[in-house]
Amino acid sequence: MEHREIVVVGGGPAGLCAALQAARLGAKVLLLEGDDRLGGQLIKQTHMFFGSEKQHAGTRGVDISAMLVKELKSMDNVEIRTNAMVIGRYDDGALTVDENDEFKLIYPEKVVFATGASEKMLMFANNDLPGVYGAGAVQTLMNVFGVMPAKKVLMVGAGNIGLIVSYQLMQAGVEIAAILDAGPQIGGYLVHASKIRRAGVPILTRHSVKEAIGTDMVEAAVITQLDESWQPIEGTEKTIECDAICLAVGLSPFADLFWQAGCEMKFIPELGGHVPSRDENMETSIEGIYLAGDVGGIEEASAAMVEGYLAGLNAAVSLGYGLAEAEGLRADLKDQLNDLRSGPVGDKIRSGLAKLQDD
Amino acid sequence: MRLEEHPILKFDRGPRVTIYFEGKPIVAYEGETVAAALHAAGVYHLSDSQEQHRPRGFFCAIGQCSSCMMVVDGMPNVKTCIVKVKDGMSVQVQRGKGDLGWSIEK
Ligand SMILES: Cc1cc2nc3c(=O)[nH]c(=O)nc-3n(C[C@H](O)[C@H](O)[C@H](O)COP(=O)(O)OP(=O)(O)OC[C@H]3O[C@@H](n4cnc5c(N)ncnc54)[C@H](O)[C@@H]3O)c2cc1C
Ligand code: FES
Repeated sequence: MEHREIVVVGGGPAGLCAALQAARLGAKVLLLEGDDRLGGQLIKQTHMFFGSEKQHAGTRGVDISAMLVKELKSMDNVEIRTNAMVIGRYDDGALTVDENDEFKLIYPEKVVFATGASEKMLMFANNDLPGVYGAGAVQTLMNVFGVMPAKKVLMVGAGNIGLIVSYQLMQAGVEIAAILDAGPQIGGYLVHASKIRRAGVPILTRHSVKEAIGTDMVEAAVITQLDESWQPIEGTEKTIECDAICLAVGLSPFADLFWQAGCEMKFIPELGGHVPSRDENMETSIEGIYLAGDVGGIEEASAAMVEGYLAGLNAAVSLGYGLAEAEGLRADLKDQLNDLRSGPVGDKIRSGLAKLQDD
Repeated sequence: MRLEEHPILKFDRGPRVTIYFEGKPIVAYEGETVAAALHAAGVYHLSDSQEQHRPRGFFCAIGQCSSCMMVVDGMPNVKTCIVKVKDGMSVQVQRGKGDLGWSIEK
């Protein structure tokens, strides 16, 4: 059994920044990451990031992660433990942890959950065949382990993730049969889309997968056109040969720990599903439990980092650290979040966050 | 198949080890997950579903969906997408719920 001041759960951009900010103010921080590497989604991102300069736009995701980790490792009031998966949170405040196959009990005074999100499934016949993968899985295989995921991929989803992963697959020498999107328009940034189109890959809007074909693994996919109300149009089926169907149809927050803790949860489609309610200091309905990043609503690494700083700041302040500088820092971070969420790109997240404030 | 050339990334693979899939030796590198090593060797079917016995491969590769569970060194229900290879490891397709090979009476 251990007692700790601040425990941050999850070592993605949100968790790294939460740990950094709390530690900069002098708090003693323990960072727990379930995987054996820090960085979360960032370690798979080989492209230059969008966002604003304060959140390192123009730098590759992998490099942003390395930068944050380096600063964190240089601080002696931070302890980082990888292969440490938090599996439970109990009413007395205890966290149960599976650390290298050992069971541990940790009591934090304050905790920040920054556990990120996971890929959504899509309903179609034979969607359980080997060869149907989440976009994140394909990225992990290819960019972390250097293993070719497939020869010819059908990508489902033309948001930024679908487009970027398609482009990364092409860089690795994988053919993209087509990119489908159920919506009438490409969801992702047009710079990404035109790069892919120039290489001759068709991006088909108002299309979806009807069925995967294969006995032991995916050998082809039947795709179909959708009408205005997102229903398949009969007679438009086409069979596309491919050995993988890659799903990039959205993420849903990994909110299990909040559920277990009994935090107030709300279902908000704009944020990706069930997310915890929070105040403007990133604290949930339970005192001492904070959140940051995709787990509170699917957004971007830039926003995840700022939320992380904010959560780390407030957790540290609640323990009496950094009282002198807190006000100024807090105001600056809130401005950064507002900037990131301004304009048409932020429409969805703004309306999601507004719903969170309702009643 | 493993990627050797990449325009942006450089892969530092660990020392070479051997794992055994259904008794057959497979080349792997320390630091790789079992599922990644199997995938590189062309093994995609990792388990059979419990009721309909349908083939299953991995899906999320981050230990969250349970579709990659195999029998590793005799232990069933091991999520091979997050467990790292070890030299000499034996890996088998998991059929059904898995059996620990012991009971309370024993
Ligand atoms: C293909 C792709 C391209 C992207 N491109 C951009 C871009 O250009 N610009 C941009 O700003 N954003 C981009 N993003 C989005 C960005 O990567 C995410 O928004 C961001 O990583 C979210 O950060 P996070 O820290 O909340 O979660 P994650 O990065 O998902 O990190 C969560 C971490 O928590 C760990 N964890 C989970 N549960 C537990 C537990 N119980 N115990 C311990 N550890 C746990 C996980 O292992 C993981 O390391 C992209 C995403 C994808 C998939
Ligand atoms: S592939 Fe999802 S748990 Fe292993």
